Amino acid sequence: MTDYNFAYLDEQTKRMIRRAILKGIAIPGYQVPFAAREMPMPYGWGTGGVQVSAACLTPDDTFKVIDQGADDTTNAVSIRKFFQRTAQVATTERTREATVIQTRHRIPEEPLTEDQILVYQVPIPEPLRFLEPRETETRKMHSLEEYGLMHVKLYEDIARHGHIATSYAYPVKVEGRYVMDPSPIPKFDNPKLEMAAIQLFGAGREQRIYAIPPFTKVVSLDFEDHPFDPSKADHPCDLCGSELSYLDEVIIDDAGGRMFVCSDTDFCAGRQAEGHRGRLSPQPDAETTP
Amino acid sequence: MTPLLSVRDLRKTYGPRVGCTDVSFDLYPGEVMGIVGESGSGKSTLLSCLAGHLDPDEGTVVYDTRDRGRVDTRSMSEPARRMLGRTDWAFVHQNPRDGLRMSVSAGGNVGERLMAVGARHYGDIRDSALDWLGRVEIEADRIDDRPRAFSGGMQQRLQIARNLVTGPRLVFMDEPTGGLDVSVQARLLDLMRGLVREMGLSAIIVTHDLAVVRLLADRLMVMKSGQVVEAGLTDQVLDDPQHAYTQLLVSSVLQV
Amino acid sequence: MIRIENVAKSFTLHNQGSAVIPVMSNAAFSVAPGECVALTGNSGAGKSTLMRMIYGNYLTASGTIMIGETDVATAEPREIIALRRNTLGYVSQFLRVVPRVSTLDVVADPLLAVGVPLDVARTRARALLTRLNIPETLWGLSPTTFSGGEQQRVNIARGFAHDYPALLLDEPTASLDATNRDTVLRLIEEAKGRGAAIVGIFHDAPARHRVADREVDISTFTPKVAA
Repeated sequence: MTDYNFAYLDEQTKRMIRRAILKGIAIPGYQVPFAAREMPMPYGWGTGGVQVSAACLTPDDTFKVIDQGADDTTNAVSIRKFFQRTAQVATTERTREATVIQTRHRIPEEPLTEDQILVYQVPIPEPLRFLEPRETETRKMHSLEEYGLMHVKLYEDIARHGHIATSYAYPVKVEGRYVMDPSPIPKFDNPKLEMAAIQLFGAGREQRIYAIPPFTKVVSLDFEDHPFDPSKADHPCDLCGSELSYLDEVIIDDAGGRMFVCSDTDFCAGRQAEGHRGRLSPQPDAETTP
Repeated sequence: MTPLLSVRDLRKTYGPRVGCTDVSFDLYPGEVMGIVGESGSGKSTLLSCLAGHLDPDEGTVVYDTRDRGRVDTRSMSEPARRMLGRTDWAFVHQNPRDGLRMSVSAGGNVGERLMAVGARHYGDIRDSALDWLGRVEIEADRIDDRPRAFSGGMQQRLQIARNLVTGPRLVFMDEPTGGLDVSVQARLLDLMRGLVREMGLSAIIVTHDLAVVRLLADRLMVMKSGQVVEAGLTDQVLDDPQHAYTQLLVSSVLQV
Repeated sequence: MIRIENVAKSFTLHNQGSAVIPVMSNAAFSVAPGECVALTGNSGAGKSTLMRMIYGNYLTASGTIMIGETDVATAEPREIIALRRNTLGYVSQFLRVVPRVSTLDVVADPLLAVGVPLDVARTRARALLTRLNIPETLWGLSPTTFSGGEQQRVNIARGFAHDYPALLLDEPTASLDATNRDTVLRLIEEAKGRGAAIVGIFHDAPARHRVADREVDISTFTPKVAA
């Protein structure tokens, strides 16, 4: 037994957050204000996601945390430990074994199921913010469905770069109504937003929760003559050889050498365990020779 | 002929102070009406009430909408009124900063209203923006520059292009030439006159510059202390003013 | 075409002790299509004032001023605007135009206003400017920079561009040389020939005798100052 209430937050707070989550699920893409609590970690480290996770976790859950796809980065490790300690839940690095997955800026490669919840950490929930600084005005624009401004941003992209250069936090329209910031996931992940799992988005500093229920229609905004393109680096993974996963580019020496590896570490490890190999995989014979 | 805009007994107060009161008039399609008066006479308050930016305390503002005929804009839902504000109406601010998005390129500024009403073809939007920049005499190669890099006169012309791109029928202008030097003013006036005729626009122009209304407005309303003291044909009001205040106003203009 | 009955006018100078200056009473005359009536009387008798009242530029205190079917004394601004666009032309002594607009377009403007296609309107404008001896090199320039005589001729060209059924001419031949004066008088005769009703002020007596069918002495309408 620890000195903390289950999952750190007190029951009243969890209740308040659950109400916000339910409201968010009832109105897909709508940003529900909630009274975010101070968490024992700095803003920007996932305080919104942690509060949503805390409100969702039950003692039977299996919890997984990924940061940019990886299970082993500081942020992921510390949040995982946080809930190990305050909720004593089982944790895993395996996507398919987890029931609640908190993520920073990625969606796992492996399709999620109806029995899973994906919790996003969100830095800036308001997709219109960079063009319209007034909160009163953006709220009105959402309520009146005045989304012309969102396309102005994409227009500016094309005018400046010749194509839509927005490559992450790419705005989407949820169920034909609310325009939503999917958090800074790569646009490669946007098509996966239509999934079987519940998706919850928590912004701690901005005190907003929003949600995409299972099997909800999520459309990435675009122009007829510049359609949405969920592109990624044009390489296979150098470790598992996957042609289909989202890749990180890693500089490996001072001579311009680089490698591309899956950003989803669990996916990559799983493929390697199945025997898939990439360009820079250790050779099996190298392991046997002394 | 049906008036495009019918205003009756409009009144707006700020606590004990009167913004404007007892204002009634009809504006017919293709008419340009000037509202003149000194600072604080209530002309900007009136314009804001007409354009739906302020809610008047009393009175009606009936607009002849394209789809539903004559409707009191005060009883319209806010979405409908805002939709009107960015399709059939236009508002040209005195300070272009209030009417432009300074961090968005000229093309984006012009295109915004098109995208707001559903335009989703980049090429078409850009073509419209280019066409409109040409009509307000802004070089095509400035389309990707931000308004910050424009002179005051160019900013004002860009604001006009941005407003007229959706083919509005009624344009509200608040001191459109204020803050511009005279040579730039002349160019802007000429441009506005041409556009008004070409597009058959109706317009309500608030200004304290009598020369501006003489060139642009068919009709004139003179305001003092929130009330309309005189109204009529522009040249008649200016050349044969009846009210003491109008006589003072006209005789106070410096001759060049 | 033009019928003036029982017209009165006074000026109230609110800022000069509310002085009321009666300038006209019981003014009455009429002009038939194809007829030219000259207003006469001493300077200050109110010729220009009456002219401006007919045009709607000055407010008429009482009486009726019928131009066709419109009573200028009581008409709404938009009715007067329509009247000026379609029916009633006015050649004043002063040219008032938007800076920057070319002379050709200044002259073509009244035609464009009644819906004449641009090329037709410009062709007509060119013909008038040629007749009035405005050098072609000036057509592209704004008349604001022209000499007084040139401005006057541009003004006349503009006034005669559209075939108004009624025309008001305020000193159309002032400051013109003999050739141009003759051209203007012929324009007036042609307008009469097509049936225009014309009211004119001509200080130039020979010109008046040549084009005017009748004279109306305005001083008979001047109110007698009460002793």
